[in-house]
Amino acid sequence: MGSITLKQVTKNFDEVNVIKPLDLHIRDGEFIVFVGPSGCGKSTLLRMIAGLEDTTSGSIDIDGEDATNMPPAKRGLAMVFQSYALYPHMSVRNNIAFPLKRAKVAPAVIEEKIEKAASMLNLTDYLDRKPGQLSGGQRQRVAIGRAIVRQPSAFLFDEPLSNLDASLRVNMRLEISQLHKSLATTMIYVTHDQVEAMTMADRIAVFNGGIIEQVGTPLELYQKPINRFVAGFIGSPKMNFIDVTPQGDDATCSLGVRPEHFKITEAKGLWTGKVGVIEHLGSETFLHVHVEGIGTLTVKADGDSPVSYGDVINLTAAQDKIMHFDAAGVTIPSLSWGETSAA
Amino acid sequence: MATTQSRTLAKIMLFPSVTLLLAWMIVPLCMTLYFSFLDYNLLMPGDNEFIGLLNYEFFLTDPAFIESFFNTLLLVGGVLFITIGGGIGLAILLDQAIWGRNYVRIMVLAPFFVMPTVSALVWKNMFMNPVNGLFAHFAEFIGVAPVDFFAELPLFSIIIIVSWQWLPFATLILLTAIQSLDREQLEAADLDGAGPFSKFFYIVLPHLSRAVTAVILIETIFLLSIFAEILVTTSGGPGYASTNITYLIYTQSLLQFDVGGGSAGGIVAVIIANIVAIFLMRLIGKNLEG
Repeated sequence: MGSITLKQVTKNFDEVNVIKPLDLHIRDGEFIVFVGPSGCGKSTLLRMIAGLEDTTSGSIDIDGEDATNMPPAKRGLAMVFQSYALYPHMSVRNNIAFPLKRAKVAPAVIEEKIEKAASMLNLTDYLDRKPGQLSGGQRQRVAIGRAIVRQPSAFLFDEPLSNLDASLRVNMRLEISQLHKSLATTMIYVTHDQVEAMTMADRIAVFNGGIIEQVGTPLELYQKPINRFVAGFIGSPKMNFIDVTPQGDDATCSLGVRPEHFKITEAKGLWTGKVGVIEHLGSETFLHVHVEGIGTLTVKADGDSPVSYGDVINLTAAQDKIMHFDAAGVTIPSLSWGETSAA
Repeated sequence: MATTQSRTLAKIMLFPSVTLLLAWMIVPLCMTLYFSFLDYNLLMPGDNEFIGLLNYEFFLTDPAFIESFFNTLLLVGGVLFITIGGGIGLAILLDQAIWGRNYVRIMVLAPFFVMPTVSALVWKNMFMNPVNGLFAHFAEFIGVAPVDFFAELPLFSIIIIVSWQWLPFATLILLTAIQSLDREQLEAADLDGAGPFSKFFYIVLPHLSRAVTAVILIETIFLLSIFAEILVTTSGGPGYASTNITYLIYTQSLLQFDVGGGSAGGIVAVIIANIVAIFLMRLIGKNLEG
């Protein structure tokens, strides 16, 4: 229960094409995250799966059944919106009960399900309050509660944490992950925050300009990005790109090195630069190093790194940690991680 | 407006206008109150003796008062019922994505700009006239006897005319309220399996409650003092069938030249208006909070 297959799905708004033909199979019980910059079509695709937007062409199958033209309520999916979309004049209890009442579930069963969902989400004490009297995190949990009680075949999350402050976001991230583990229901989660994607996902689909650039586990995307876009989007701080001129058989046009893969050496390494701004985070330190002819590189150093502003340092990186991209920005696997380990 | 100095300054600056507004209200009110205790009739010039509560006694025991009191309530209630019911319906229609929506919205607003006397005359002569009116022609067309609206259904006719004038106002307020409804709530309701009726009763209507409250309060203020429509159509008749309190006061003080009696009626009207206001605030005012 809960596998979704997209076949050659496209979406046009009037003349504008926002999603190019796209195939994706979402497995039953998996936590998949759609991530990408704003305007890349990830939210639109989620809304198409939910049935809130028409599909221009192609088909959406839910549990092997063609759902392309099914009304939203018939699809058996539940969605958590960015604005939570709680019904403001109803108590928390009635908000959660709303889908059940519409489905004509017996009152005793409704009561039981509400109690269960409320205790799961720590909402028991707030059941008789209105959404306006709750904090952002609590509202978020009510929205999740309203989704849970329907026992959907899949949950859809549309940037659910972007209205919360940073510390709450970390907590809710954990709670949603735990929820996924305990319910084992398919979850599709849309976000523009690659940290959320990396921490929560079983698989990530990286969107860019209406297409999926790459689908894979968080580590696959981190270690083996198929192109410059994915390499730059996944990982924080961003990967450093260094332009080089192609020589002979080597078609490499740019190199990519993640900040954490630089090593600061005594001996002369691959690059030499002058340290600019230093960001101390305690556990680690980020150095912004100005390298002649290349620009600024972000380098991750130890928390107690003795380097100070204006120092000239030598940088190097292990050969197998350097990504090689060709003129089109596509990763050259043989140079980046070696053919043998590519499998 | 944070410091003591700026607050003091603000009070000083506000003082003249507050004083003027207060005087504007207090002086006529006191004069009306004063006249209401006098035997003051323009047809009988004299001493204008102080007669205590006699004017009030005459006004309140007049059978016309009871009738016009209930007429007033019927008029206000009927118009509110029609304008809010119709306004919600029209607002929902105008909220749909239809071709030429902007023009339709402007057209819908048009009756509000027509002066009360003009619209009442248009209805009287072009629609409700038993010989030449559109309704009479229609009645003839389907083969029934035309209705003489102002003779047979005077109060109902006035309710229709006033409703026609106030429908655009209610529609406008309710339309803006509908447009401020969070679309994600409706989408969430879609996913929750709510049909069009469930969405209307559980999402749209509760969302509109504040706007409906505002419409009720504002319209009530104006509907208590409906006058022009009555004057140009039925003149309060037949008998007192379409006389409301406002019109009754007019007949007292200007047709019978009884300034004292009219003033007493005026004070009664003020008291009634305040009672209605208190009722309304109690009943629905809590919708405006929060």
